[in-house]
Amino acid sequence: MLLILAPETRPDALFPLRPRTLESRPQARGGAAMALEERLAAAMRAAQGGDAEAYRALLRACLPVARAAVWAQGLRGEAVEDAVQDTLVTLHRVRASYDPARPFLPWLRAIAQRRAIDALRRAGRRPREVHDPAAYEAEPDARPAPGEGLEARERAADLARAVAALPAGQRQAVEELALRERSLEEAAALTGRSKGALKVNLHRAIKALRASLAGPGVGRPGE
Amino acid sequence: MSEIQLRPHDRLVDDLVARLEPVRPLPSPGRRALVWAGAVLALGLGLLAVLELEGLRGPHPAEAPLVLFGAVLTALSAAYAAFATSVPGRPARWALLPLAPAALWIGASGPGCLRALAGPGLEAPHAPHGCFIFLLGVSLPLSVLLVLMLRRACPLRPNLTAALGGLAVAAAAAALLAPFHPLETTAVDLMVHGATVLGVIGLNGLAGGRLLDRSRR
Repeated sequence: MLLILAPETRPDALFPLRPRTLESRPQARGGAAMALEERLAAAMRAAQGGDAEAYRALLRACLPVARAAVWAQGLRGEAVEDAVQDTLVTLHRVRASYDPARPFLPWLRAIAQRRAIDALRRAGRRPREVHDPAAYEAEPDARPAPGEGLEARERAADLARAVAALPAGQRQAVEELALRERSLEEAAALTGRSKGALKVNLHRAIKALRASLAGPGVGRPGE
Repeated sequence: MSEIQLRPHDRLVDDLVARLEPVRPLPSPGRRALVWAGAVLALGLGLLAVLELEGLRGPHPAEAPLVLFGAVLTALSAAYAAFATSVPGRPARWALLPLAPAALWIGASGPGCLRALAGPGLEAPHAPHGCFIFLLGVSLPLSVLLVLMLRRACPLRPNLTAALGGLAVAAAAAALLAPFHPLETTAVDLMVHGATVLGVIGLNGLAGGRLLDRSRR
């Protein structure tokens, strides 16, 4: 497999007249494609005659077709939409070159493919995963691994439970000095305890937390 | 989902719709090729008024009609192929169309070429630079006309289209030269003709590629 794509980012998933349920039925797909061809060809003929509303509908219907053609050439990311816009501009400029007696979709796709190739040439290289499946498979994924957030949330919950189980003096020292990052003077003024007592309580609290969290699967002090 | 994806292009769509004007669809490649061929014919008729028909006098090599037929066929088929490849969605295979006529043209010129090379020498009885000037002088207006006509379409492979156009122009110029040029050629003639034809094709390919590429406008 060359590419693993998120379904919601695949251009054919955006294609309004090609619902996913038809993908596995060639006859239905062929019928939908023919209907689209006829609809777009009729709209293009009307647009050549100056029908603005037909032209607006045509341009909008061309977007997913152009996007799929551009995507198939290997463009990704923002470059896809840039090439789609180039395709629309070219379509507008050369709309007289469309022969109403011939199919519309090959005409449109040829323009979109050429604009995609132009974009790739400008970019200087084609995306590697298109031609190099091994490199694509070996590419490290910069995003967090699955379940990484869940694990962090579980650790935070264990810590919160352990802090809550501390004696009041120690819990107060942890909350003020470690969690809220107050200075000794501020914490002493807020709690009414001496700086020395706060230091001792913090030291004991850390020792108790270390003991309670160190054991395998242990989440509560004293367990 | 699709509506969300469409929104970024709404401004462009509105802008293009606002600039919409009715257009007349271009004629088919065949019709455009015939129009261009008509211009070639008109140029030939115009030349009759100012040049003598040297080619129709003197001895005629047996292959001369075949060479002329090959050149005419090459010009027509290459012009059609150039117009066909200038339309998006038409297969690039059309570029193969003039290959057989060009083979006929070049192949039929072979005996004359061999005779000229084995002949008495490189002496030119009738200044060959005249042929060179004729071929270039005819090629220039035909090239300009062809480029203007091709630019009205959308050549997505501008270099291929321009090279085909160059072949059409070169073949048409060679065909036009026949009535005004002694048909018994010398080696110098052939070299001048060959270099001129290749030069016209090459120049059209280089300059035409840039002239025809709409993305560079």
